[in-house]
Amino acid sequence: MSDMTNKWIGTSTVRPDGVDKVVGRAQYAADATMPGMIWGKVLRSPHPHAVIRSIDTSKAEALPGVKSVVTAKDIVDFSVGTPVPLGIQDMRWMCRNVMAREKALFHGHPVAAVAAMSADIAAKACELIEVDYEVLPWAIEIEDAIAPDAPILHDFIKFEGKPSNIAGTLEHKLGDIEAGFEQADVIVERSFDTRPVHQGYIEPHACLVSVAADGKTTIWSSSQGQFMVRAMTAFLTGIPQSDIRAIPAEIGGGFGGKTIIYLEPVAAMLSKKAGRPVKMVMTREEVMRATGPTSGAKSTVKIGAKKDGTIVSAQATHYLQAGAFPGSPIRGACGCCFAPYDIPNVYTLGYDVVSNRSKVAAYRAPGSPIGAFAVESTMDELAEQLGIDPLELRLKNAAKQGTKAAHGPVYPVMGYAETVKAALAHDHYKAPLGKFQGRGVASGYWFNAGGESSAQVNITEDGNVVVTTGHPDIGGSRASIANITAELLGIDYRRVSVLIGDTATIGYSNLTGGSRVLFASAMVVTQSTEKVIETLKGLAAKIWGIPADAVTWSDGAARPAGDNAGKFEPLTLEELAAKANMTGGPIGAGTQLNTTGAEGGFATHICDVEVDVDLGIVRVIRYTSFQDVGKAVHPAYVEGQMQGGAVQGIGWALNEEYIYNKDGKVDNPGFLDYRMPVCSDVPMLDNVIIEVPNPLHPQGVRGVGEVPLVPPLAAIRNAVYNALGIRFNSLPMSPPRVLEKLDAMKQAAE
Amino acid sequence: MTEIQYVAPSTLDEAISAYAAASGAARIMAGGTDLLVQMRSGMVKPGLIVDIKKVAELNAIEQTPEGGFRIGAAVPGAVLEEHPTFGKVWPGVLEGLNLIGSTQVQGRASAGGNLCNGSPAADSVPALVAAGAIANIKGPNGTRELPVEKVPAGPGKTNLAPGEILVSFTFPARPKGSSDAYLRMIPRTEMDIAVVGCGVSLTMEGDTCTAARVSLGAVAPTVLLVEDAAKALIGSKLDDAALEKAAAACSAACNPINDKRGTIAYRTKVAGVLLKRTTAIAADRAKGG
Ligand SMILES: Cc1cc2nc3c(=O)[nH]c(=O)nc-3n(C[C@H](O)[C@H](O)[C@H](O)COP(=O)(O)OP(=O)(O)OC[C@H]3O[C@@H](n4cnc5c(N)ncnc54)[C@H](O)[C@@H]3O)c2cc1C
Repeated sequence: MSDMTNKWIGTSTVRPDGVDKVVGRAQYAADATMPGMIWGKVLRSPHPHAVIRSIDTSKAEALPGVKSVVTAKDIVDFSVGTPVPLGIQDMRWMCRNVMAREKALFHGHPVAAVAAMSADIAAKACELIEVDYEVLPWAIEIEDAIAPDAPILHDFIKFEGKPSNIAGTLEHKLGDIEAGFEQADVIVERSFDTRPVHQGYIEPHACLVSVAADGKTTIWSSSQGQFMVRAMTAFLTGIPQSDIRAIPAEIGGGFGGKTIIYLEPVAAMLSKKAGRPVKMVMTREEVMRATGPTSGAKSTVKIGAKKDGTIVSAQATHYLQAGAFPGSPIRGACGCCFAPYDIPNVYTLGYDVVSNRSKVAAYRAPGSPIGAFAVESTMDELAEQLGIDPLELRLKNAAKQGTKAAHGPVYPVMGYAETVKAALAHDHYKAPLGKFQGRGVASGYWFNAGGESSAQVNITEDGNVVVTTGHPDIGGSRASIANITAELLGIDYRRVSVLIGDTATIGYSNLTGGSRVLFASAMVVTQSTEKVIETLKGLAAKIWGIPADAVTWSDGAARPAGDNAGKFEPLTLEELAAKANMTGGPIGAGTQLNTTGAEGGFATHICDVEVDVDLGIVRVIRYTSFQDVGKAVHPAYVEGQMQGGAVQGIGWALNEEYIYNKDGKVDNPGFLDYRMPVCSDVPMLDNVIIEVPNPLHPQGVRGVGEVPLVPPLAAIRNAVYNALGIRFNSLPMSPPRVLEKLDAMKQAAE
Repeated sequence: MTEIQYVAPSTLDEAISAYAAASGAARIMAGGTDLLVQMRSGMVKPGLIVDIKKVAELNAIEQTPEGGFRIGAAVPGAVLEEHPTFGKVWPGVLEGLNLIGSTQVQGRASAGGNLCNGSPAADSVPALVAAGAIANIKGPNGTRELPVEKVPAGPGKTNLAPGEILVSFTFPARPKGSSDAYLRMIPRTEMDIAVVGCGVSLTMEGDTCTAARVSLGAVAPTVLLVEDAAKALIGSKLDDAALEKAAAACSAACNPINDKRGTIAYRTKVAGVLLKRTTAIAADRAKGG
């Protein structure tokens, strides 16, 4: 396990994908080509809400160079009455999201698609498709969607017996909040709203799909799960999974947004009809209009505490935008928001609200940053009213081993309090602040996850190692697995190649998401490697003519042990591999598991800001993240995850938002006006890695990738309050909004 | 498929005749950093591209006999940056031009393209207007001169006649104690588009401002020359009262829109803030600071 004797685990070894990415040799989905390949383009709805009365594709089909046209008729229909869940998605909504069926539900919703000899011809053919729309009134924002006279997106969705845009609710309950609030000396209740933000991956969605005449289908695409691509494409096209080979491309970012598909089933049907491979690549504008951001939300939080700071009762209500189809991450918002605290009485309630915007997709710790923004901002105000330091307030109420959480678990060994203590002790927390500067803190939680993983570990004839797993690597899993395998075998990590198999070459493996991949794949790789070591020890025993249990494995070699110690020269991995064919055959082992034992992760962040009070610009000038990661198998990658989450949080808090025009269309569908932070917007982001190993995992891993995006929104907002004395309960804190509040404060003072 | 023809003539006259002959279907290309982006998004679909990078006059940097500069309209920002004296005399023009995009973009992007693209938010234009630069234009009917502020006609539009090409900018000679500056407000720190831009050019005699020109970008359909702001500065010691008055003149001159990049209220207020900050930098430079 994790101890000081580790040679590779805990070392930032050279990334196996680094050189290819730097020199441009890495193959992303859009790099795939095939002989005879043609190009697919999507026709998208120009209206945010409209009934599709009819679609006439005849003119497009007649255009020279056009090879096939697809509409919803070509996609398998799932009746709205019967749920067909697949992970967090439901095929009822997926079939309607990839191709509008009865209605177009947002501006940019796919309505038809064309494959042609060139992308230009395909685009021209799209213009020739005649769609007869009956334009309907639309609702974009939550308040419009839940208003009594709101236009209803799906008349089959009922809430309290009536057609509604509230598609579902979720609640968590612990104790009795009313009784709890009665014991409170101080109660703070506040309302908040956050805007939807896009995951902002650099690589747009892309795929190349070939459906051969015999039905054998090959998909090259960029996703967070080749098995998810295979399963969804099978559902939506009717092609059996055994006929589909989904090959994962190198991925240019996902952050949750590629745990869902948009193009693959469409390209498959275009290819099937055309008899040629079809390539589709979204533009950035298509990505921004039609792929999932995470939800915007409205939240109300109420927290009651005794004078000494003991929190006695807490309540939160979160309304989350789902986009055009049900399925917002209310579980993350409701389940995580009070998770860092030991509170006897808790009630959280989430509403899943559909409206005429693109369907949301997962984004790092889905829902949790939204809940944390509301709760951690309220905590800041509570601390102020109680006259207690905000970190001390958190420490006083910190959940620990044995705490019963409102979302279900009784916590095992966990490191939340350690993150708060580390923050309290850090020099950042004591550093002096200048004029118009302020400091804020916030904490956050994510469940983490286990689930299905498969791995195959093979020893090559020359005594090196090839490990194949089934998860796209978006956060460093290949480098981390090389470290673990090398550690277990006692060899140099450069002798281990880690590959990501396609759906035909490795067993079923669930998505890369929820901070599960290293947790789960390390388990199957460890078991496989241990089986390989047993095989190697058996071979040595056979060669030496001693019992297998009289052999040990260390430093890359089998050694005689016990009574036989020193009697034979050690046999190295290379020597055993060279003899393998004479002594029993190929050396390798596979493991397939539905892994369990993933334990939650916690973080606490400290943020300093400086405000240009004449221009309303908030700049983050210092930032430190403290996170319990269980075990940092590859520390540089862990830090990358922590920094990446902080930057994405900075964007969410300060500038990112979708701007809709009066016609219900996104007015800023590109990186110029959808303002994600650039490098020069952020200071060097500091990290403090805390390791409270997960006792249920062979290397102590918990999961790292989600938690870093949970605390930033509130940490930044609390820092702005500290700098200006203004509480922003609504994001983003963009310059016009900040200046408006500053002016209002000045006027009130005059 | 859309057919696009491309020519890269080596003389100005050839460029003008090719451009004029295509009557409207042609586009001039300097660095192409606006043009190619617009073609890709389908905003413009030219039948002919006239690349002016090979025409000598359009790419020259010269000192005029009067002691000023003549800068070819297609000179990229990165090339102007390397000129030994231009940036010492016109640091504000250079900083406006080289706020554009990134290092890669600056290797192509020109002041001529920035002006002729017609964006009210173009970063080099307020500095050019404050500098009092003159646009030298040549077309099928000969040559003419326009003050830079007279070139834009509205978002995406210029007052160039069909077939006319912007050849160069002439900058006047500068009295001692003169300098300039450009500042823009963007929510990010780079790779963004000005929400408000402000160019100020000044001459200082001791502590007194004897000449000034002030220009604002992104607050009206075209870049503005704000004469009232200049009047408030001229003759003053750039004291608070003069700066307040000039800032108020800037806010009053604003005629912005509410859009995804900023609100009317925000832009109007920020115009005044930037005036003060830009003036301070220009004055500091003019005094040799
Ligand atoms: C990534 C990126 C970032 C950018 N950032 C900024 C920024 O921060 N600030 C900013 O202001 N701009 C920015 N731009 C826009 C652009 O780079 C500038 O406007 C640049 O100055 C254009 O110059 P160019 O030489 O590339 O023009 P081109 O694209 O070649 O031409 C622009 C337009 O002017 C016409 N034209 C060019 N030269 C002449 C001429 N001599 N006579 C007549 N017509 C002519 C062309 O036909 C075209 O319509 C950015 C662009 C990109 C791609």
